[in-house]
Amino acid sequence: MADCSQAGSGRHSMDKSITLPPDEIFRNLENAKRFAIDIGGSLTKLAYYSTVQHKVAKVRSFDHTAKEVDGDPLYEISVQEEITARLHFIKFENAYIETCLDFIKDHLVNTETKVIKATGGGAYKFKELIEKKLKLKVDKEDEMSCLIKGCNFVLKNIPHEAFVYAKHADSEFRFQNTHPDIFPYLLINIGSGVSIVKVESEDKFERIGGSSIGGGTFWGLGALLTKTKRFDELLQLASRGQHTSVDMLVKDIYGGAYGSLGLTGDLIASSFGKSATTDKEFSKEDMAKSLLHMISNDIGQLACLYARLHNLTRVYFGGFFIRGHPVTMHTITYSINFFTKGEVQALFLRHEGYLGAIGAFLKGAEEDNPNQYSWGENYAGSSGLMSVSPDLNPMQRVRSGTFDMLEMDRLERQLVNLPLLQDPSSYIPDTVDLTEDALARQYWLYCFEEALDGVVNRAVASQPDLPQAVERAEKFRQKYLHKLQTLRHQPFAYGSLTVRSLLDTREHCLNEFNFPDPYSKIKQKENDVALRYFQKVVRSLEKLPWEQRQFALVKGLLAGNVFDWGAKAVSDVLESNPEFGFEEAKHQLQDRPWLIDCYDQWVERLKGPPHKCALFFVDNSGIDIILGVFPFVRELLCRGTEVVLASNSGPALNDVTNSELQILTERIAAMDSVIQAAIKEDRLTLVQSGSSSPCLDLSRLDKALAVVVRERHTDLVVIEGMGRAIHTNYYAALSCESLKLAVIKNSWLAERLGGKIFSVVFKYEVPPQSPGLRR
Amino acid sequence: MELNGCHCEDEGGTEADDGETRQQTPGKGRAGDPRIDGGIEGGAAGPMEQGEPSERRARHTADSPRKSRPPFPWFGMDIGGTLVKLVYFEPKDITAEEEQEEVENLKSIRKYLTSNVAYGSTGIRDVHLELKDLTLCGRTGNLHFIRFPTQDLPAFLQMGRDKHFSSLHTALCATGGGAYKFEADFRMMADLQLLKLDELDCLIRGVLYIDSVNSSGPSECYYFENPTDPVHCIVKPYRLENPYPLLLVNIGSGVSILAVHSKDNFKRVTGTSLGGGTFLGLCCLLTGCSTFEEALEMASRGESTRVDKLVRDIYGGDYERFGLPGWIVASSFGNMMCKEKRESVSKEDLARATLVTITNNIGSITRMCALNENIERVVFVGNFLRVNTLSMKLLAYSMEYWSAGRLKALFLQHEV
Repeated sequence: MADCSQAGSGRHSMDKSITLPPDEIFRNLENAKRFAIDIGGSLTKLAYYSTVQHKVAKVRSFDHTAKEVDGDPLYEISVQEEITARLHFIKFENAYIETCLDFIKDHLVNTETKVIKATGGGAYKFKELIEKKLKLKVDKEDEMSCLIKGCNFVLKNIPHEAFVYAKHADSEFRFQNTHPDIFPYLLINIGSGVSIVKVESEDKFERIGGSSIGGGTFWGLGALLTKTKRFDELLQLASRGQHTSVDMLVKDIYGGAYGSLGLTGDLIASSFGKSATTDKEFSKEDMAKSLLHMISNDIGQLACLYARLHNLTRVYFGGFFIRGHPVTMHTITYSINFFTKGEVQALFLRHEGYLGAIGAFLKGAEEDNPNQYSWGENYAGSSGLMSVSPDLNPMQRVRSGTFDMLEMDRLERQLVNLPLLQDPSSYIPDTVDLTEDALARQYWLYCFEEALDGVVNRAVASQPDLPQAVERAEKFRQKYLHKLQTLRHQPFAYGSLTVRSLLDTREHCLNEFNFPDPYSKIKQKENDVALRYFQKVVRSLEKLPWEQRQFALVKGLLAGNVFDWGAKAVSDVLESNPEFGFEEAKHQLQDRPWLIDCYDQWVERLKGPPHKCALFFVDNSGIDIILGVFPFVRELLCRGTEVVLASNSGPALNDVTNSELQILTERIAAMDSVIQAAIKEDRLTLVQSGSSSPCLDLSRLDKALAVVVRERHTDLVVIEGMGRAIHTNYYAALSCESLKLAVIKNSWLAERLGGKIFSVVFKYEVPPQSPGLRR
Repeated sequence: MELNGCHCEDEGGTEADDGETRQQTPGKGRAGDPRIDGGIEGGAAGPMEQGEPSERRARHTADSPRKSRPPFPWFGMDIGGTLVKLVYFEPKDITAEEEQEEVENLKSIRKYLTSNVAYGSTGIRDVHLELKDLTLCGRTGNLHFIRFPTQDLPAFLQMGRDKHFSSLHTALCATGGGAYKFEADFRMMADLQLLKLDELDCLIRGVLYIDSVNSSGPSECYYFENPTDPVHCIVKPYRLENPYPLLLVNIGSGVSILAVHSKDNFKRVTGTSLGGGTFLGLCCLLTGCSTFEEALEMASRGESTRVDKLVRDIYGGDYERFGLPGWIVASSFGNMMCKEKRESVSKEDLARATLVTITNNIGSITRMCALNENIERVVFVGNFLRVNTLSMKLLAYSMEYWSAGRLKALFLQHEV
């Protein structure tokens, strides 16, 4: 709402200098279907839904009833085109509206859309322009309803959406876990005025209060007092000022603290209390600062009073007063802490500026039921959160006038919590938060940069027949390198920075340039080789006495896990020495006692009654899955334990995917009666995890997996591999027994954990009062 | 983080609240006033006359046998952030004998105070507030109310020194922040010992006392009937017979909000730094005025809707989705974001908008406190309301309107 000024004057002169980089913004516009626009006082947010055509790797089993010829691959790999849905959100300054509308008009070809949903104070002002340019009918939507809808959407679909702001802490932003149930919450929207909205469910919300002292008061009164016209400049002034020369403090009245009421001397007793005099001049900075404190404190106080009255502890702040401004986030946070004595934290949202556009879009897309799906932030296409603090972000000046983007992919399945999490609301997948751990951050950013050449080479090698593989791979390199550089300066750009997010970002970037599965051929070859050894391995295991066999099975599991192209140390070895074999891997393993060694407890447990059902999150393809996991699973099945194998839905590194695993399982069943019987009797089930990451977020799993887990009364969870058991879930607390095992294939990480490369983690955990232990 | 070295720590300053209560003294002042010195000090206003001194007073006044009244003169003062409020009890039943005994200093003080309505350039006696023929500690007399700016306190001390005030007393009852801040000055400049009394305690006793003592004349406590209807809005007396629980909102330079459950059971619920000092401070900066009276006078001639952005300015009418009528202020000073509008408003408009903004904000915080504390009766006191009918009517209006009539705003004659 709040703009005036330079609507007409600035625009046309600016237009000439504006050239839009078409590769970068308004992507996939050709297939754009549905539009929404949110025009605020200074920024426009455009949303559209589009389909993205990209390549996916498919595997298809050969018909192996035909005679088998040595050297024939196990299965066929093909790259196919697939169409997926993506939401695009773009934010730009209002000055660009006309240019952008022209661009859209020129590039919009396939749409059948007749209307554009619009919200925000500027919607009516630009109504005619939009209708004229785009030939779409502008359909206005209520601003607050859009805001709430957008807020629900980001809270549900973007992990680490909300954060606490701490100006003086090591990491400026502390991201919050998405609570499984986002309701109820309080949204304080600070635009020109303040609206306080209580949100109880997707469709139920109520404006429970408000205040006229808001961003408009800061801006309007600030402009009068300091003769400074722009909001940003006022904030700059405020950040340099000293409020104590303008405000009357408790100590100005008492000479010190007012102890009996617990009011410290530095508290403001009366805002502007010292300016009631004609014989003194006050600096612009000081007045702006005093004004900022006055308004922030007042809003904070009201927010607390409403939160208390309605018994709410989750309070989100948004609106142009807040929008990414460290100064206002800080003063609001301070005020909330003061008034609630820390009981309530002020929460901010990474995509706060997009809420209105997202909501307006969702309103228009109701027939597509967007809320029925889960959505995921695409790290490759989103520009991330930027600090506007000049200290933190020297590039900020350069950025002004650029376009900020958010892209969200529609996921094929709905994602939910693993029902076996002890406390879903406190579950944090990632073991180390690199936003807070500067040393680890430096190491991992360096590590990923070092490994980039190898990834590029493998990507090129994976597509010998496809056009422009080299060029695309080079583009991928540039993009990922740029992401890494951004993260070096702005570690919080996509929420908490973690090894997982670095890996996921890499996968997103690879997909972006049509490298859906660079490891497909390697996986195929390794699976093929490993399958040939399967029977031999099983036979030799069967000969061993029980105790020795259990140990050999675990050792096989661990040795298999050494085969991981994701770890640089291993990919070097594998690349230089293809003969590096299963037996050799066993020798590489650390001797017992391992770095984390719960083996004795595990064996003790095996002497007890069998588990009802084990859920096994598998890791790599090839030797790992075939010679490590399957023999282990076979033993469980023989004990009478049902097994659910959970594998990735989409490719990531050399991890085995669900479709590959189905083929492998068929082949193994063909040669092993135990596996065959288990499949027939439905005691061995394959499910997909819903993930395409080398890591594992147990709070975002395929809904079907959760159903199976519940139905089968799963009482053991096995998580294998560095990505799933070390980088993530190392501290995950489950409500049933769990086994987390991995070989540390990174010397830096091994050292950090107090070991050496190829150290073994074998973590067997039993929750308090697990029924499994009661015998 | 630190954009500029220094301000980082002042952030701390944010503390909005604080409420400086002090100014509001009026209420308390009166009450407490009678007590002057250590002796009786407590004076405990009305209630005390009949009864025993309360424990708390007794504590203060070690040596106050009931029969020995404190020696005259009887003063009480409240030193706030902006104003000093002084109450003086002028005995009218002085016997000839006493008159004779009365030392010259005492006589001159009495004459000086009661024969003037203005002292120096800034001291003022509010004659209309004077309470006549009160009985206090067995003496009959008039209670006078005098105020002057806190910044002139040194001049006051100088006068006390010149008139040898210290020859009459060893201690002077005082409350407010200044009782702490200026204690050393009183001792050193005027050789006066301050007997410091708790400010909130004084405030509440003052409110109750003034109500009880003033039963003969016009009712001390009153409210506005039909506050939402400008034509039928009239002042009606209110009997504070059974006052508890009540919310006491003391608007001085800052604001303190107290929940009072009985004479001795109360707590400060919260406060805000947006108070009378903010109104005056902003008005001085925005309009160049220099006194509260001047600022109020300007405000009375201004039009705040030229400065504020109303709901109808944004939505063209009511915001029906949320039941907000078009005349509601959506953004205080919101029109001032626009250069043309900044150039078209008058100083009077700005003063009016400042007054409305501060007053409505106090109303809204008060209303939330009332809800949280589950209290329906609200007494507004404090010097901000002195000669400020505009704000009182606004407060009455906003209490009534936003609570759908459940909350009642009460005011006191002596606050004004």
